[in-house]
Amino acid sequence: MGNLFKIAMRNLLRYKRRTLLTASLITIGVVFVLVFISVSGSFKNMMIGQITDSMIGHLQVHRKGYLASIENLPLNMNLKAGAIARLEEKLNKLPEIEAYSQRVKFGGMFSNFVETTNIRLNGVYPDREFKTVPLLLSRIIEGKKGLERGEILIPDILSKGMGVKPGDTVVVVATNKDGSVNGKQFKIAGVVESATGPGGRDGYIHIEDAMDILRIEEKEVSEFAMRIKDFNHMHRFYEKLYSLLSNELNKMGKPIFEVHTWEKLSPFYNIAKMIDVMTFFIKLMLIAIVLISIMNVMIMAIYERVREIGTIAAIGTPPGKIRSMFLIEGLCLGVAGTLAGDIAGMVFVFALNMAKITFDFGRQKGLMLSAEINTVDVLTISLIVIIVSVIASLQPAFKASRMEPIKALRHV
Amino acid sequence: MSLIAAEKILKDYQAGEITVRALKGLSFEIEAASFVSFVGPSGSGKTTLLNLIGCLDKPTSGKLTVVDTDVLHLDRKQSASFRGKNIGFIFQDFNLIPVLTVYENIEYPLLMVQSVPSDERKKRVTTLLEAVGMTDQKDKYPDQISGGQKQRVAVARALVTNPKLVLADEPTANLDHKTAYMVIELMKKMRDEFKTTFIFSTHDQRIVGEAETIFTLEDGELKGKEVKGGKVNG
Repeated sequence: MGNLFKIAMRNLLRYKRRTLLTASLITIGVVFVLVFISVSGSFKNMMIGQITDSMIGHLQVHRKGYLASIENLPLNMNLKAGAIARLEEKLNKLPEIEAYSQRVKFGGMFSNFVETTNIRLNGVYPDREFKTVPLLLSRIIEGKKGLERGEILIPDILSKGMGVKPGDTVVVVATNKDGSVNGKQFKIAGVVESATGPGGRDGYIHIEDAMDILRIEEKEVSEFAMRIKDFNHMHRFYEKLYSLLSNELNKMGKPIFEVHTWEKLSPFYNIAKMIDVMTFFIKLMLIAIVLISIMNVMIMAIYERVREIGTIAAIGTPPGKIRSMFLIEGLCLGVAGTLAGDIAGMVFVFALNMAKITFDFGRQKGLMLSAEINTVDVLTISLIVIIVSVIASLQPAFKASRMEPIKALRHV
Repeated sequence: MSLIAAEKILKDYQAGEITVRALKGLSFEIEAASFVSFVGPSGSGKTTLLNLIGCLDKPTSGKLTVVDTDVLHLDRKQSASFRGKNIGFIFQDFNLIPVLTVYENIEYPLLMVQSVPSDERKKRVTTLLEAVGMTDQKDKYPDQISGGQKQRVAVARALVTNPKLVLADEPTANLDHKTAYMVIELMKKMRDEFKTTFIFSTHDQRIVGEAETIFTLEDGELKGKEVKGGKVNG
């Protein structure tokens, strides 16, 4: 086998310029794909991180049917005390959960005593909320990094629009599920940077303040947001939680709860899927580049070496070995192009990170592009290119091995 | 028993709609360890006959036995294996592998065809390098040596597997007379040393006389057989 590699390498070096051109083409393809995957993948992961770690959490549990009308923030679809207790009992037994937060979500009016506007609010236990969505604290761009009873965190768009700042007193008015209106004064504790996605322009108050405004006497919760310890195992955990909660039935025998991953809750998931589709097509393009370029080179190589093939066939080289010679040649070309592409790709990504490129996404400005090359991606791309290189060499290699020595020796 | 026995061999080629009969019922026998030449003008069928004996092609009809094997019924793989074990080839254009050195070219059949162990390979290649006088040039590539040297390497490559038969199609056609004579002498020496049968085709009258048995071909027919020391008409 070593000798087949030696012959293949020497044959490749025999046509240096052509080998270099083909290997360069593969290298450029690999670099392009690696850079695209690392940039798009990093962008995707960063945005998923932003969405899950500062707003949604990894998973949420609602009362069955809540999600269908989530835009209206229906108070009559809240989980009641009994259901909350049952759910908490289940969640507390799950070691995969790092933290969970109960939220009362509602819409209300926000007034600075001069003007009034709409606001969506989350009533939360601050400590539990900050553990469940740890990036929320980093989104507080003004005021104190915390929340107590009688305080409100408002989105910066509201702060600018209404001309209010931390320390100011404001009033929140809301209608409860029975239709009665109630109001409560709050001190602005801080201003939260707006973010793209659901909940990105919400305000936060203490859950007990929310219950006061809404005149909820016995505890009610709109949703449980959860953060799990290993995000990579989210779907496995979802299955577990889903089957666990599907056994919890109401008096009518219907499930009480519904569980959703962030993917169901954020429209960004569709963008993430589009990025995956684009990545797939970019990989297809790379496959096409490798396939065509290697096939072209190998066909040329065989055409130029017909008499040589005739000679080695005449002296008794088995067809399988002739086939292997050309397959190995294609393999070596693919490996060389891939290795160069991997190295160049990593250097390129390093240079991109050094350049500290920033970008805007929705209302989030100046996000730093932090491209990362994943080892699995590098190995996958390398493997694809190498396999495609061998596949591209198959037809020419078979052609060489099936040549009649007598015809090949006569070839001019 | 003869090393090669041909009986009423016919070989037809199809050239468009015309069938060309290249060999017209040849019958002959060649003994082991002989030094044989097929002579005749271009188009007389020398190369076609050598290709049949070398299992590179098959007769249209007739019977051909080479080294106790009826070569008519060998498939592609069996033919390759048979050639690798029993036949060495020397080509008019030398046909050395350009990416291999002189040493590696001679070693090639042992490595790729017969899978001979390393020590044995080294011994055989070194012996042949010495026998053909190419030891000093062993690390050179084919494009770094002369035509005569290339053909000496080709002779060594043909002999390295200890074949029973070496076929040489116009081995001296691309060589000057002096070198051609040297190559033929080398082949003869190798025959004496290794008891290998050498069959070569030529239309070069200057070297025909070096053969011990001469078959004359004309227009696909065997016109005569001359054995040194006596002539037998075909």
